[in-house]
Amino acid sequence: MTELIRLSAAALAQKLVAREISAVEATQAHLDRIAHVDGGDDGVHAFLHVNTDEALAVAAEVDQARAKSEDLHPLAGVPIAVKDLIVTKGQPTTAGSKILEGWHSPYDATVIRRLRAAGMPILGKTNLDEFAMGSSTEHSAYGPTRNPWDLDRIPGGSGGGSAAAVAAFEAPLALGTDTGGSIRQPGAVTGTVGVKPTYGGVSRYGAIAMASSLDQIGPVSRTVLDSALLHEVIGGHDPNDSTSLTDPLGALVEAARMGNVDGMRIGVIKELQGEGYQAGVLTRFQESLELLRGAGAEIVEVSCPNFEYALGAYYLIMPSEASSNLAKYDGVRFGLRVVPDGAPTIERVMGATRAAGFGDEVKRRIILGTYALSAGYYDAYYGSAQKVRTLIQRDFDAAFKQADVLISPTSPTTAFKLGEKLDDPLAMYLNDVATIPANMAGIPGLSLPGGLADEDGLPVGIQLLAPARQDARLYRVGAVLESLLEASWGGPLLDRAPELRPDALRSGGTADRVETSTAGGTN
Amino acid sequence: MAEINREDVAHLARLAHIDMSAEELDRMTGELAVIVDSIKRVSEVAGDDIPTTSHPIPLSNVYREDVIGETLTNEEALSGAPDNADGRFKVPAILDGE
Repeated sequence: MTELIRLSAAALAQKLVAREISAVEATQAHLDRIAHVDGGDDGVHAFLHVNTDEALAVAAEVDQARAKSEDLHPLAGVPIAVKDLIVTKGQPTTAGSKILEGWHSPYDATVIRRLRAAGMPILGKTNLDEFAMGSSTEHSAYGPTRNPWDLDRIPGGSGGGSAAAVAAFEAPLALGTDTGGSIRQPGAVTGTVGVKPTYGGVSRYGAIAMASSLDQIGPVSRTVLDSALLHEVIGGHDPNDSTSLTDPLGALVEAARMGNVDGMRIGVIKELQGEGYQAGVLTRFQESLELLRGAGAEIVEVSCPNFEYALGAYYLIMPSEASSNLAKYDGVRFGLRVVPDGAPTIERVMGATRAAGFGDEVKRRIILGTYALSAGYYDAYYGSAQKVRTLIQRDFDAAFKQADVLISPTSPTTAFKLGEKLDDPLAMYLNDVATIPANMAGIPGLSLPGGLADEDGLPVGIQLLAPARQDARLYRVGAVLESLLEASWGGPLLDRAPELRPDALRSGGTADRVETSTAGGTN
Repeated sequence: MAEINREDVAHLARLAHIDMSAEELDRMTGELAVIVDSIKRVSEVAGDDIPTTSHPIPLSNVYREDVIGETLTNEEALSGAPDNADGRFKVPAILDGE
């Protein structure tokens, strides 16, 4: 079983098709792994809810269909974890917030419908910073997720649960959402792959909104090819999302299998390196550039001078949109209602409900957004930020005239210690300095493991960026860089991650069926 | 640009319908002052000649055929409500009791 959970989704899919293993076996192996490593005080705590019964039932259906030689999706029977910001029938959806504790969505997100249509068992819902607001999962109302590389460190955020689940072999695939780096930065600090597709390339219908003009659902995996496979399952036009693009997705899996960057121009973004970047991050970054150059790519330097204003503009636009999107949590239609003593009016109920239901970071962003949008400040703040957005898009337009794909470190540092930046919101925000520009411009970005930093032995992420609608280029370059790096390491980076709970594995035995109900939450 | 002060934060919290204790207002004011100070530079480069961007990928109006699609049933729509009666959301008094 240990072998099974270490397989990539692509390899697992092949074994399923060849009937070497059953979907029930594959699903049970991951549920067992979750039971072994996720719970307890020093567990990974990637999951808020484990969906044991439904996942096994779906797997059994796939096995029956396969036995009858029915036509199945290539990924049928490959299990997946889902960030708890995406609504699912039959399971709770909390958004990591007390205000939605115990809430069940009456409908499925479009991406969930597509997973179901493909016959992919959903293992459960993964932890996140409350309403996806954070870079460490420490803002989850249900406690932080731990980084499988070092359990005292953050797994990134907001999608730390999805990244940690994949890094800890609790799931071969996961779904994340990325508003300013929430798929890519967790990927970087956990040594996994994460992709933010072109804005509109994957339907947002059923993703609980933080900042609607920035949010994007995307794949989380251990290999570039696996992300491409998942991207093709979830992507494509959806009439339920009016911002969904009607363009075809492009041949993403084919691009990941192409294995050739000869003659491609790869642009190093001058502004996304140097000061503020950890030495070990920059060393690994330079190595990746050399590998790509050796494979025939042309490395050029590009300048994006307005990126220095991106973080500021992001922290005006995102809270502005969030303050509006989160107005719906008012204790009327769903979620928590707190009724103060006496005979309160609905207005007092709202004030008490939102005070009790939201955590500090959510309140900070709502207040900041309300401020940026208020009379007298709108032009100076929100209006200026929207102009910076134009400038960032122009920077990208100019850069993509010189290069086919851009490259930078994903995150300026490796994973920091739990608690280290919790009391300094601004220091926390700086983690996303390299990932935010892509959201501001709507372009796609991919993070893949670039090795371990010399000073702390922790994973470093390499970010690739492509023009809007050119997601295929990310997979093409990403797959080549991944194979060159793995050749230099002698195997996947995660082979070097510490074994989680080796004692528990020995005493429990790998073949035992462990009862898996709910590892993290109580829902 | 003006600094953000405690009075501003108290007003914004009322607008946003979030009750805040005195201690919370103090802390929030301090944190927001640091954040606002670091982001106000955006106006430096926002010249009059630069158009604003509200959406990353320009799209014109998106319409669909005017046909009945899938909708939630009344029961489904009310399934997450804290309180309901007669097929509707039930809320406390909207106006003060008098």
